[in-house]
Amino acid sequence: MPRKSKKKQRKGAVKERKEKVISFLQNFGEKTYDQIVSGEFPWTKIPSRSINNIFYDEKLRQYILGDRSVKRTARNIRHIRPLTQLIWIGMFVDELSRQSKTSTLRDVYYSAQAYEMSFTDQQESDNLITDLETVIGYSREDFNVFPEERSAIFGDLTVEYTLPGYEGNKLNLTSHPDGMMIGPALTSSELVNCKADKVIAIEKGGLFTRFIEEKVHTKHKALLIHTAGQAPRATRGFLKRLNRELKLPVYIFTDGDPWGMHIAMVIISGSANAAHLRDLNTPDAKWFGVWATDIVDYKLPSDQLTELDVKRLHELKKDPRYEGKLWKKEIDTFIKINKKAEQEAFSRYGLTYIVDEYLPAKLEIAESL
Amino acid sequence: MSETFQEISPADFFYRNRDIAGFTNPSRAIYSTIRELVENSLDACEINGILPEIYIRISPEKEPTSDPSIYKIRIEDNGSGIPSNIIPSAFGQVLFGSKYKLRQTRGTFGLGGKMAVLYGQITTHGQAKIISSIGGPKSYEYTLTMDIQKNRPIVIKNKTHRNKSQWHGTIVEFTTEADYSRAMAKILDYLKQTAIVVPYANLTFVDPKGRFYKFDRATTLMPKPPTETIPHPHGIDIETLKRMIEATNSRTMKDFMKRHFQRVGESTARKFLEFADISYKRKPKNLTPEEIVKFVYAVKNYEGFLSPDATCLSPLGKELLNTGIKKELNPEFIAVHQRRPAAYSGYPFIVEVGVAYGGEIPKSAGILLYRFANRIPLLFDEASDISYKVTNDMMNWRHYRVLPDTPLAVFVHICSTKIPYKTVGKEFIADRPEVEHEVINALREVARHLSLYLSKKHHMEREKKRLDVFSKYLPKIARFSTKLAKKKKIPDVKKLMRSAARYAKEE
Repeated sequence: MPRKSKKKQRKGAVKERKEKVISFLQNFGEKTYDQIVSGEFPWTKIPSRSINNIFYDEKLRQYILGDRSVKRTARNIRHIRPLTQLIWIGMFVDELSRQSKTSTLRDVYYSAQAYEMSFTDQQESDNLITDLETVIGYSREDFNVFPEERSAIFGDLTVEYTLPGYEGNKLNLTSHPDGMMIGPALTSSELVNCKADKVIAIEKGGLFTRFIEEKVHTKHKALLIHTAGQAPRATRGFLKRLNRELKLPVYIFTDGDPWGMHIAMVIISGSANAAHLRDLNTPDAKWFGVWATDIVDYKLPSDQLTELDVKRLHELKKDPRYEGKLWKKEIDTFIKINKKAEQEAFSRYGLTYIVDEYLPAKLEIAESL
Repeated sequence: MSETFQEISPADFFYRNRDIAGFTNPSRAIYSTIRELVENSLDACEINGILPEIYIRISPEKEPTSDPSIYKIRIEDNGSGIPSNIIPSAFGQVLFGSKYKLRQTRGTFGLGGKMAVLYGQITTHGQAKIISSIGGPKSYEYTLTMDIQKNRPIVIKNKTHRNKSQWHGTIVEFTTEADYSRAMAKILDYLKQTAIVVPYANLTFVDPKGRFYKFDRATTLMPKPPTETIPHPHGIDIETLKRMIEATNSRTMKDFMKRHFQRVGESTARKFLEFADISYKRKPKNLTPEEIVKFVYAVKNYEGFLSPDATCLSPLGKELLNTGIKKELNPEFIAVHQRRPAAYSGYPFIVEVGVAYGGEIPKSAGILLYRFANRIPLLFDEASDISYKVTNDMMNWRHYRVLPDTPLAVFVHICSTKIPYKTVGKEFIADRPEVEHEVINALREVARHLSLYLSKKHHMEREKKRLDVFSKYLPKIARFSTKLAKKKKIPDVKKLMRSAARYAKEE
């Protein structure tokens, strides 16, 4: 029984969030409407996303925006167009949300043209979507705008769709051996049954497939997630849900270089670009490899760091997210050995070595971190 | 072997040196011919306050083959006409004319009209036919040629016609060799520019192909005709002084100075003669050659003379310049300015300028420059002209919001009793600092007006664009927010549009 009540509560969470988004959008519309009716040039306040208003919050362990905000007003000739676009996007996503339809960033860009609201380029339309996120405080996936998807999940998790037409349908995520795409249908689903006890996020598709083939999901009772490089927001949001709602620990496995390290960090601490949003990062997630020390300890085939790699390492050194001891040590080791290694480097010890030897050892270490 | 010395007549001289008068080749010659005759006609009208009606025709004399070829020239005007007894000399004797007094006229040397006839004669062996009347009961027709060596007209025929209509004017007709196809562009340009600077004239031109060009007057207002004047002391030299002494019947130097020089009165005459160390009681005719030299030398160094009198000049005036520019170029904006009279070497002059922007003025790589002197357009040697130097090298146009591709035309008119031409061909004005000073100051004045206009225009365009933006987006915001707020009635944005227009004015 407790299980059932928990389920009900969860279901409410997804719905509630949607309703909140819709009401925020309507408030935004009403405020603008009332401004016009009272003979005032419509305006809105948007928290500033400029670099000097982004701070790292130790408690939340993510970037947040400061108190500074900008006023965008129709009285200003330079503001009136972006303000109109912002309200148009508000109107557009409101429709999407009410009709439970989804759209991609590219879609939004083209849809605008039907309203004589053309954007100069994709960038302009993307920026305005970010503005809307900032104004209402929810991420674009919450109002049904998704980027092109490339991320996938595999493992013993059963979800129940809330998507119109699929409502109540259930699916176990081991059904398809390539993994299931982490798209709007999945992220809007309720998580109803899970037999896994951990999540492993993997940077590269090759390793993701290997892990499925080698049955890591059963051997280690893990949900496997392919981040396909830097994890998309939808995936980061989904990781967060797995961690919060199902209390699953999250482990991250990337290439052994500054870029791989940062893929893990963005999952853990979020990005500065998303400082206006919450619930996209999983502060308790752990990065277990490939570490610089692994390159030494496992005598992995490696390449020399490029100039760009070294420059990046020095940047990361100054980044407040990399304050932790492990991070500092790994950065220093990378610089010291001047080497990097890819996830696939373990193949020198045979195809199963990574699953049979390396993974259990590192998971154990990661758990203790 | 001894050298033979031989005296040649002025006609002979110019025959041998026709280049300097602008008759270099058949193309340049036809241009000069038209120009000289049109200018004579205009002078004949203006001096007597007659609104000019000028008809020009160039027709092929024989079956047209290829240029250069023989053409018949005919010019008719409604000027004051030439007294019957003077007609032969006026057209058949070089350096005979009415232009040796100090007066602002187009011609300076009394040469052009006759050179045209002379050139016709030497290239075609033809005769010139002149018909003229001063408006009396009769008109006179002469057929003549020129004896070049003796510089005398030879009258071949003369006839008298009844002139019931009391017509006054002159008709000149003769054949000449010309390269019309090459000269055409310049001739048309000349007529168009003449129409700018003489906006009160009707000019009609029929070209050899029978094409008809008409430049109609846009006003009946004429500038007051120039008057004759006596020289300013700074404008004389030893030769002039000797001639003046020859002609005078003054008995004292003081009286001589007061009578024969402009702006010299009792006190100036006394002070100057004291400065020159010549007794004011001295009889002019008794001056020794040394004293004449001393007098001229003192004149150059004496600073007490009043500046030359410019009332004898006949500038076009701002209104006419404006009319002329508008009529021929139809620009969007015109500014004109007339400087106060100035003087160089004892000759008064007045500079008038105009700028014209936009409208039918073509966008070109640079500024179109129209130069005029005593109401003659100057078409050749532009780059040597003072106005070119001022316009292109000295003016900082950017300062006046003029960019390299701004469609702009500049007009400079200089009138004087003696235009400082560099050559007999009357094509460009010499680099005189006094003239340069006037031209640049005049241009700065009109450029300031232009700059104000451009700034206002720019502001208005920007303002319009601004309001366009408001009228594009405000209704959209109203529509979108209505939908987003789930309201029914779209709010009215008229009030906001009005205040957008209002606060724009305040800013």
